[in-house]
Amino acid sequence: MIPGISIYELLTVTSILFFIGVYGFITRKNLISILISVELILNASVINFVVINKYMYPDMLQGVLFSIFIIAVAAAETALAVSIIINLYRQINSVEVKDIETMKY
Amino acid sequence: MNLGYILLIPLIPLVVFLLLGIFNQRIKPAISGYIGVFGLLVSTILSCYAAYQYFFVHGKVNGVYQTFVEKTVWMNFSDTLHIDMGIFIDPISVMMLVVVSTVSLMVHIYSRGYMKGDDGYTKFFAFLSLFSFSMYGLVLATNLFQIYIFWELVGVSSYLLIGYYYTKESAVAAAKKAFIVTRFADLGFLIGILIMGYYTGTYDFETLNDPEGNAILNWASTSFMGLSVLTWGLILIFIGGAGKSAMFPLHIWLPDAMEGPTPVSALIHAATMVVAGVFLVARLFPMYYFIEDGFALNIVAFVGAFSALFAAIIAITQTDIKRVLAFSTMSQLGYMMLALGVSGYDGHEGLGYMASMFHLFTHAMFKALLFLGAGSVIHAVHSNYLKDMGGLRKYMPITNITFLIAALAISGVPPFAGFFSKDEILVAVYEHNKLLYFVGVFVAGLTAFYMFRIYFGIFWGKETKYEHKPHESPISMTFPLLFLALMSILGGFIPFSDFVTADKAGFEAHLNYPLAAVAVVVGLIGIVLAWVFYKKESDLADRLANFFGPLYQWTSDKFYFDAIYLFITKKILFKRVAAPIAWFDRNIVDGTMNLIGNSTVKTSEKIKGMQSGKVQDYAFAFMAGVVILAIVFVYLWAE
Repeated sequence: MIPGISIYELLTVTSILFFIGVYGFITRKNLISILISVELILNASVINFVVINKYMYPDMLQGVLFSIFIIAVAAAETALAVSIIINLYRQINSVEVKDIETMKY
Repeated sequence: MNLGYILLIPLIPLVVFLLLGIFNQRIKPAISGYIGVFGLLVSTILSCYAAYQYFFVHGKVNGVYQTFVEKTVWMNFSDTLHIDMGIFIDPISVMMLVVVSTVSLMVHIYSRGYMKGDDGYTKFFAFLSLFSFSMYGLVLATNLFQIYIFWELVGVSSYLLIGYYYTKESAVAAAKKAFIVTRFADLGFLIGILIMGYYTGTYDFETLNDPEGNAILNWASTSFMGLSVLTWGLILIFIGGAGKSAMFPLHIWLPDAMEGPTPVSALIHAATMVVAGVFLVARLFPMYYFIEDGFALNIVAFVGAFSALFAAIIAITQTDIKRVLAFSTMSQLGYMMLALGVSGYDGHEGLGYMASMFHLFTHAMFKALLFLGAGSVIHAVHSNYLKDMGGLRKYMPITNITFLIAALAISGVPPFAGFFSKDEILVAVYEHNKLLYFVGVFVAGLTAFYMFRIYFGIFWGKETKYEHKPHESPISMTFPLLFLALMSILGGFIPFSDFVTADKAGFEAHLNYPLAAVAVVVGLIGIVLAWVFYKKESDLADRLANFFGPLYQWTSDKFYFDAIYLFITKKILFKRVAAPIAWFDRNIVDGTMNLIGNSTVKTSEKIKGMQSGKVQDYAFAFMAGVVILAIVFVYLWAE
């Protein structure tokens, strides 16, 4: 609970964050940028968890705990994604999306 | 009466068929022959035992032969309408058991000699056993559907055996012809069965044939085009029977069926399968007799008489001995149909029925003998044609004597079997219809003539130069000849009227001496004419043939019936009906399907770019969908 700031303002911020992530995910051509965008989307949802927990159910902790859980999973997932990208780079010397289209159709 | 062992009669050949069929190549030919013969021997013994038990011990109650039925429900449609499987024991089925098993056993034994060294020896015996099984099933059937099932099974075995020499093109064509023609006739049979089932509510022979039963008493309740529907049903069933029994105009398959091995012709196309049509009419005889005062039965009589005459005329001019015998079979089957057609029901009125069954019995014996004798001759000279034979009596004494006995029997010379049965038929016809009687007597004369024509042609006459000296057949072939010759001599003395009659009560049959004398004299005239023409080499026959000119040519070409059928099927059916339908199918029906397929392919070719394989594109589409749904739900769905 931050005095003077209502839940709507915070949710607006997370929504903006979310859509920035979506926009980045759709438009970026570089795998690293796409990964960062995915992280933005994830973080937007994590913040949502915390905000809703704090503003609507102040005497409970589930939302906070869940966000910690998501952060842990996200870390693992990021590590996995980065390792895939590094392997890809070793194979084809590129991390551009357009270079890994061979399995289309 | 215990019926358990009767079930074994058809099942043993079935087991033999499966055994020989499955282990085809792994069984030595000699052994497979013994297996086949042994299986049939057991069946024959059981059949004879069953006949003894039925006719002399258990069958007769208060002077009437009872019907014993043992059946289980096979397919259940409603309370009254169901298809059963079972065995049906009455005088004609027991008599047929004896006929089928005896002839089949003789043919099995004979085949061991005749087919010796053939590549498909085991296969041949397997098919013979399959045929025996089907034929037993047919005669023991309890209802129309069961008889239909076995009816088709004998058709299949006949097809397999006619096409036994499947490397010979003519044999393959003959097999197909036999199958298609009889199948076409069976369509009528099937429709007839369905009509029966629909209007009487039962397929059961016992219920259908009950003179006090619903089917017979209420035949007039529904009519169609001026006739009772049941009459139509019976006519359609008779078409099926006519197809199997080679009645005019469905006879064209029988002469061609002679392409099969000769034992097959003896078993299937002379003694057993071709009498299935006669058996079918006899099986439904009370219906034929009582419904619409025997309207359908009159058709049977006229078709039978015409076929008898028609086939006898053609038989005179044929030069292939097996074809002469085939037309002779058709002619004799016509006799049986004629006798059934003029028969009454009660007591002595049912003379025709009894005569028909009697003739069926004796004919099976002497015609099988004729065929086996012809097979023995063919075995010796390696040809079917009369011109390649002559003077064989010196080389083949047993075949000569047995063939002569059979020829005398079929010509109706006393005391051979054919005399008695033919006499009964002619008496029955005489009492019913004088015109048909004259046809019958004339056919009897023709029969004697053509039969002795080939007899003299084969065993007397000018001696042809043979490449190998002909020799008498081995014992496995002469034993059946001798046995069947014995049956052809003694068969006529069986008092058939005590055993097999329409009302099952039996009556006293007497020889009608004046009519018998007429028939014998006509037969003897036929024989004498044949003797004059063919015993010694003479040009009398050729001169006569030239005298008749085109008429002779017509007969020798079987009145162009094959040509007519070919014209109808090829020029009219194939060209005018089948070809347009095929065009419609290929272009319109297939075209529609192709259009659907092609347009699908084209559309997918166009839109496959949407599957870019990039997750980003999919995510974009997903997000766009979410946004649109959000707008719809939040703003447009609000009220």
